[in-house]
Amino acid sequence: MAHLARTKTGRPTAETLWIGIGIVVAYGVVPFAGSDYLLDAVLTPFLVLALAAVGLNVLTGYAGQVSLGSAAFLAVGAYAAYNLHLRVPGLPLLLDLVLAGGIAAAIGIVFGLPSLRLRGFYLAVSTLAAQFFVQWALTKFGWFSNDNPSGVIDAPVLRIGSVSFTTAAERYVFSLTIVVVLTLLTLLLLRSQSGRNFIAVRDHEIAAKVVGVPLLRTKLLAFGMSSFLIGVAGVLWAFAYLRTVEPAGFNLDRSFQILFIIIIGGLASLRGSFIGAAFIVVFPLLLSRIGAALLGRVFDSGVLEMSQHIVIGALIIVFLIAEPRGLIALWDRAWSAVRPARRPTIPT
Amino acid sequence: MNMFRRLKVTMGAALAVGLASTLAVHADEQFFPLQSYRVGPYAAGGTGFFGGFIDYLNLINIRDGGVNGVKVTWDEGETQYEVERGVEVYERLKSRPGTAAWNPLSVGIAYAMIDRITKDRVPLITINHGRTDSTDGRVFPYVFPLLLNPYSETSGMVNYLASREGGRDKLKGKKIVVLYHGSPYGKETIPIYKLLADKYGFSLEQIEVPHPGNEQQSQWLSIRRAKPDYVVLRGWGVMNPVALKTAQKVGFPADHIIGNVWSNSEEDVIPAGDAAKGYIAITTQASGAEYPVLQQVIKAVYGANKGNLDDKKRIGSVYHNLGIVNGILNVEAIRTAQAKFGKRTLTGDEVRWGFEHLQLDPARVEALGAKGLFHSINVTWDNHEGDGRVTFQQWDGSKWKVVSDWIAPDWAFLRPIIEKSSTAYAKEHGIKIRASGEDPVSQ
Repeated sequence: MAHLARTKTGRPTAETLWIGIGIVVAYGVVPFAGSDYLLDAVLTPFLVLALAAVGLNVLTGYAGQVSLGSAAFLAVGAYAAYNLHLRVPGLPLLLDLVLAGGIAAAIGIVFGLPSLRLRGFYLAVSTLAAQFFVQWALTKFGWFSNDNPSGVIDAPVLRIGSVSFTTAAERYVFSLTIVVVLTLLTLLLLRSQSGRNFIAVRDHEIAAKVVGVPLLRTKLLAFGMSSFLIGVAGVLWAFAYLRTVEPAGFNLDRSFQILFIIIIGGLASLRGSFIGAAFIVVFPLLLSRIGAALLGRVFDSGVLEMSQHIVIGALIIVFLIAEPRGLIALWDRAWSAVRPARRPTIPT
Repeated sequence: MNMFRRLKVTMGAALAVGLASTLAVHADEQFFPLQSYRVGPYAAGGTGFFGGFIDYLNLINIRDGGVNGVKVTWDEGETQYEVERGVEVYERLKSRPGTAAWNPLSVGIAYAMIDRITKDRVPLITINHGRTDSTDGRVFPYVFPLLLNPYSETSGMVNYLASREGGRDKLKGKKIVVLYHGSPYGKETIPIYKLLADKYGFSLEQIEVPHPGNEQQSQWLSIRRAKPDYVVLRGWGVMNPVALKTAQKVGFPADHIIGNVWSNSEEDVIPAGDAAKGYIAITTQASGAEYPVLQQVIKAVYGANKGNLDDKKRIGSVYHNLGIVNGILNVEAIRTAQAKFGKRTLTGDEVRWGFEHLQLDPARVEALGAKGLFHSINVTWDNHEGDGRVTFQQWDGSKWKVVSDWIAPDWAFLRPIIEKSSTAYAKEHGIKIRASGEDPVSQ
């Protein structure tokens, strides 16, 4: 929730204090105190999926355009960065990252065009086209994976200038920085006129058109921005987290996973993207560790895995019945119960 | 003795015992982290293989009290055959003391682990599958595609088809379709089929079935149009029975479908029912429970109610036996390394040395109670596959029947192709190619 640090102007509140502490912990304590497991297998995928969820939230939560193609844009980002790195010698990593995001954005805009005619479920189905087309193209044309017979790419070492990020802690800090910076930029965008246009289009498209919101530009900006963020998340997924990628890793399940993150975390809430990602990434691991520790001697790992699915599914239903606006609404309610005098602010 | 002194002595004794037992725990255990999958579309393979592996490790503990007294232990993490989960389990279990080797049984997960295990200096075993060029131990010191890499498998299958046609020259003008699983594993053999088609002059068509493969109507319609002499099934999991059933629907004869090493199990043919009768598949390890080592597993492990398979009918099935063979190879590698480094918990690097000297001739295989189960293995520092032999089995509707001798793949033809690929990898990753087995392993 680091992005909030600079959003509340004026006098410092308890919240900004907590956010300050959060940043100090995320940068100053976690990389030194966290084990490789925590950094590499829990926090890095959490950060990457949170960024992807921020991206989808811009499109679905704020601009109201449903998309089932998130995994495709992750894949575009990952493969674009890989190919740029491979084919343009000496390309700096950060530029590579931005260009890969740009390519994902361009493809996102192309697949966003049907949104001018389609809405709701129909748009969701048309974004499926992106999902299937990208996966097909990456599998079909060996060029994308440098003709590796298995279609798997090996990610290069992360290096900015002479600094290379090779340990788990370094990769975590790299991902954290990218995610924090991009989340802040997203926040700025959402607070600008464009962000208000997104919400206008979401809440009432015809009314928005009547008051002069440019629909075409707004929708395509939402698709472009969203795909850019998801594309960069894809680069982090491939380069900082897995360090190897195959097209099948970006299948429809991954798209659903990101959609569930924003639904469970809370639509139109950046903090919700992070809480949702934490729930989807960290909670199953926690449950599996607890399950294995308590019942590992009694049941085999298959039975435990199955029961985990049941527990998580049940919890999702319970949460959404208790609060359809997602975990972030639960969080805010709990927070305002503690501090009843707090002024209402625009949810972010 | 006053109260105080008595207390002191008791505490001292307790401390000594405690210390001794902690030391003992660390002194004589060798740990196998298992990235198993008992859930998801490939659970049949996962439960059989990891079940067999665990059964054999149990046998070693129960019958022999460990490998020369060093107990083998293990812990499982569920991956569902997904790369992210495999990596998560790797990070979770990698810091356990006395890790012997990793056996993920997934090409995708194995690929993601190559850099990691090389850095952590622990062997990675990909029995019967994996990255073909990791056969070259000069470049991949810690990776072992034991018994059969994908290229050897392909060569073995083409050799078998040649023998069925009456000689390699008879392959000329024949038409072969390869139906492969849309995954890193499935695609691994695309280039070698092309090379072999050029070499022997048969025409070739390779058709992909997207993962998981439960819909193949269009693929089989194009096969029917192509009218091939043989279809090679390079499947995995649910794709295999669906292929056999769809073949029956379009009227392609089952005895002209040749399954590869991951399309050769009971779980692949039984769900296909009638359609599988006559189907032929390659294997490195025969099925059946009549081998002495299987009998011992049944008596010592399942007798003590410690068997890993829920369904006892699966004892001696193809996947279970592959798990047993995998257990034999891992345990014998530890034994080999112990002969050099001492009968204690070994480091990953020492176990690597053991794998690089894992030589089991047919006599030793017989002594291990596995005669007929698998042929032999001869791993060296630069050949991490170990020249495994293959045989072919035909499904008669109720069990597999062996229909060929032990066949040798064309290693001399394959080695230069493998070295070309591995040297390119070494160059790309800045790896120093080892010049001998005693060479220190570069990072």
